[in-house]
Formats: sequence, C-alpha cells, structure tokens
Amino acid sequence: MNRQDTGIFLGVVVLLTAFPVAVSQVEAISHYLDVMIFVGIFSLITMGLSLLMGYAGQVSLGHAAFFGLGAYTSGILCVKLAVSPWLAMVSGALFTGAVAYAVGVPSLKLKGHYLAMATLGFGVIVTIVLNEEVEFTGGPSGLSDVPRLEILGVPIRGELEFYILVWSMVLLVLVFCLNVIHSRIGRALRSIHDSEVAADAMGVETARYKVMVFVLSAVLASLAGSLYAHYVRFLSPGSFDLLLSIKLVMMVVVGGMHSLWGALLGTWLLTFLGNEWLHVFKDFDILVYGAILLFVVMALPEGLVSVGPRLSHMWKRGRESEG
Amino acid sequence: MEKLSLGGQLVQYLFTGVTVGSVYGMVALGFNIIYNVTEMINFAQGEFVMLGGLMMVVCAKFLPLPMAFVLTVAIVTAVGVLMERFTINPLKNASVLTLIIVTIAVSILLKGIAMFIWGKDPYVMQPFSGTKPIHLFGAAVQTQILWVLGISAVVVVLLTLFFRKTRYGKAMLACADNLEAARLVGIKVKFMVLLSFALSAAIGAAAGAVITPISLMEYDRGALLGLKGFGAAVLGGLGSFYGAVAAGLILGIVESLCAGLISSGYKDAVGLLVLLLVLFVRPSGLFGSVEASKIKKF
Repeated sequence: MNRQDTGIFLGVVVLLTAFPVAVSQVEAISHYLDVMIFVGIFSLITMGLSLLMGYAGQVSLGHAAFFGLGAYTSGILCVKLAVSPWLAMVSGALFTGAVAYAVGVPSLKLKGHYLAMATLGFGVIVTIVLNEEVEFTGGPSGLSDVPRLEILGVPIRGELEFYILVWSMVLLVLVFCLNVIHSRIGRALRSIHDSEVAADAMGVETARYKVMVFVLSAVLASLAGSLYAHYVRFLSPGSFDLLLSIKLVMMVVVGGMHSLWGALLGTWLLTFLGNEWLHVFKDFDILVYGAILLFVVMALPEGLVSVGPRLSHMWKRGRESEG
Repeated sequence: MEKLSLGGQLVQYLFTGVTVGSVYGMVALGFNIIYNVTEMINFAQGEFVMLGGLMMVVCAKFLPLPMAFVLTVAIVTAVGVLMERFTINPLKNASVLTLIIVTIAVSILLKGIAMFIWGKDPYVMQPFSGTKPIHLFGAAVQTQILWVLGISAVVVVLLTLFFRKTRYGKAMLACADNLEAARLVGIKVKFMVLLSFALSAAIGAAAGAVITPISLMEYDRGALLGLKGFGAAVLGGLGSFYGAVAAGLILGIVESLCAGLISSGYKDAVGLLVLLLVLFVRPSGLFGSVEASKIKKF
C-alpha cells in the first residue's frame, strides 16, 4: 500500500464506521444497512474481478457461477449434512478453487473473445446444473432454511453484526489485494495486461500468474457466495445467472477497472441502483443497466474514478490559459 | 399422438436436430461475417434472432407472410445498422475488452427494449403452411421444418453468390483477408464494417422469423441462441462459412439426440460443453486450419 491508498483506506474505514450510526438515526433509510451488506458481499467478488480484468487484462463472464458454487456448497453441506457453516465455507472455497483451476488452465490459454465466450459457456452450464440436480440443489424452487453463521456458538442474528462481519472481511481482502498489486505479482500481472508476448520474453511466467489470479478471484467469489447463503438463507439458481455475471463485470467497468477503488465504487453504486433506486423501473431495470454500461464504456472508458482527476486536470489547464 | 417405432423416433430427432442446427448455422454465419471484417465477436448476435422472431409475430398479424418476412428482416437490419453507427463506429483503437463490453451492453439494451415492447411471455405463431404434419421416412414432420431448411439453404446460396459475384462481396472478402491491403487498394473499410453488421442482422432476423412457429419466441432467448451459434462458429473454424453451416447442423443433431435419448434438461448444456471442449482442445475448429488460427488475433 502506498500513501495515497492508505489515506483513502482510512477514509473508507471512517465512513463504514459512521454509516450504521447515521443510518439508524433516519427511519426512512434504516434498511440501507441491509443494502450495504450486499454491497460488501459483491465487493468481495469485484475486487477479485478487478485484479483479473483491470490488472491482468483477462475477462470473465462466469463469475456468478463461482459465487453460486460457493453459496450452494455452503447451503447443501449445512442443510443436508448439518456441517458447521465455517467448515462448509472453507470446503466451498476449496471446491470452487479446484473447479476454477480446472477451468482456468485451458481457458486462460485463450484470449479476448474466446476467453469471454468460454467463461460465459461455463457460467451457463453451472446454472443449468443448479436447475437440474433437484435432489441436491432443490432445483428451480430453491434451497431454503440455510442456517445462520455462528461465532463461538452464538448465532449472528442482527443486520449490524452481519454488516461488521462482512465488511471486516472486505477490508482484510482489500488490504491483501492492495499489497498484491504493489508486489512482484502485481507488476507481473500489469506486464501481462500491457503485452503478454513482451512479458513472456522478459521471463514472466504468464500462464502461471493468469491462472493464479483467476483462482484467487474465484475463491473470493466463493467466500462471498457462502456469506450470501448464510445471510439470505434461501438459494435459487436465478440468483447466480448470466445477468449477474454481466452485472459484476459492469460494477468493475463502471467504477474504473484499472483501480481497486473503482471496483468498490462501482459495486456500491450499482448495488444501490439495483436494490433501491431502480425499483421504480421494476423489471425494466435491465434497460437502464444497458444504457449506463454503454454510456460509461463509450464516454468514460476509465470509469467513474477517472472523473475527479480529469476535472481537476481541466480546471488546471483552464487556469493556466487564463494566466 | 400415434406411437412411433424406434427408427421413426430417430428420424424425428434427426429432423428436429437439423432444424435447430440450421438456425445455429445461420447465427454462426452472422458471427463469421462480422468477425471476418472486424476481427471482433458481436455478443448481440443472438438478440437479432430474438428480434427477428418477435417482429415477425407482429408483422404477420397485419401483413401477408412474404411481406411480413421482408419487413421483419428490413427492421432488424436497420437495428444492426444503428448499432454499428452509434456504438462500434465511434470507437477508435478500442481494446478487445472494450469491444466485448460494448456489444454486451448493446445486447442487454436490446433485450430490455424487447421486454419493454413485448413483455415477458413467449409468443406463439402459426406455421407458414398449416399445422398438418406430413409423413416422411416413418416420422411425422411439421411443414415448418421444411421452411426452416429451405430458408437456410436460400441464405447460404445468396451469401455465396454475394461473396463470389458482387463487387461489395469481393470487397468484404478482401477485408477479411487483409484489412490494411484492402484499405490500400481503395476499399472503404468503414463502410464494409457497416455492411457486415447489416448482413448479420438480416441473417439473424431471417433465422428468428422461420424458427418462431416451431420454438416460440421470448425476449430472453438471445443469449443462449448466441452462445450456441458461437459454438457452431468455433466448431466450424471461426471465419469459415461452410464450416459454420456444417458445425451448426452437427451441434443441432447432437443436441436433439441427447434431448431425446438421454435427458431433456441437459439439452442446452450439451451444446455449451461441445463449445468448451472445442475451445480447450482445438480452438481452430474441426474444419479450420491450425496454421491460419495462429496468425489471428486470438
């Protein structure tokens, strides 16, 4: 972490601490705490995606599947086999990591459109399996009564407790990811993004790094899935479909894919839009999503985080020309 | 329904397979035309088929069939042209990632618009020449199947003539061969890109219009049709026209046999598994050349 990151990080921690207090004061927005828990869950996925897309330059349209694998592993183990939630969460992460490795090794040899299509195909296959294996997953009618998480035998019941748990995990992962991007691995990933051939020639083991970051992002998505399973306590295949994969990519792109902060900003904005502010549009929210995505990619290819620096740059230039 | 012998059932599956297969083939042709000129994959390709189907349902209500068909193709072609003008054309030196995301954005936008206009329920359409099936090789065959096969054949023949005989077709082939060289001999590459979007939208619309009486149509069909069509395009070797058609037919038959003999729930997964296997094992496709695929961008 460099100084700028540390500064933003501390600011975010302050905001996150103040948020529950502020929200509890105003009745009309007291349910924002619930929305913020979803922001945290999705942030775990989008931070991984940001490393994969923004830093390593590899696209994935199948991350909802990893999210779903984590959620369903937790759900099935806890509901059908009465395994402890934490053990189920770890099993989910290991299982999803293994699947991601198996899919990632052949997929990441592919580039650009082929990689996008391969991950897209994989994601759709997982949705079909979740729908068809009724005996385990409950099929389209879903899997209900997933138990709550417990800490030392005390179940986590309240929203505030869950908020603290989720966001502590997000902050830990954030520190980890910030350290990764400023490490040797981060430099290797960026070199792949700029030119894979050049990176290869310089002795960077491109294939290994790409698979590594792919598996890491899948494991993070799986953890998010387990948290989701224990928070919502009801799973259905429709929550892990292609549209979610696209929305996850959108969060990263809209915020600004070359920055972890961008991923967090995009996740926050789109989750609040989706869960709260777009409710007026009901089912037609997809239309609005399409329009937002199109606008950002065409007009702001660097995402929302680039707006601030761009404005200040313009302002400075304006002042110089006056003087 | 009368009971069919096993042989008759197999023939039935084959007919169904060839029918959906020719639709996959047409979607694959659409992918190829754009890919050849621009080296990009249009993730909104499946939405053209969906739009074609739904538009046909509307047009057929107040127009005789042939005119409804022409109008449908014309409208969807216009959509393809607008897409190129407003989203692809303004991008300069865009990365592959940007192009992917732009076409995905267009695809969910089209899906949203379709839901806005037609709602969420699937639409039914009367077959072009009545519902009475004809008997062929011990199987009862819907007449619409013959329409699908006929229209696909016409599309393939027309495309071949277009690329072999006309100036624009040859210019597009030149772009596919070498974009820079094509530009140097005075071909307007930008216009060729526009033309490629128009053509693939038209083909997608035709496919959607003929398949709707058999499979119904709803606003969210596009993605899966697109994926399977892409599977066919890759299986046939991306960029190869005859490969696309052959691979589409193979994919359709495999899928239909699997649905009939193994499990109908996993029908959709089969096509996707084939896609993944081909991508992992032989990305140049069954009919594509390995050498040629090495010099391509991806």
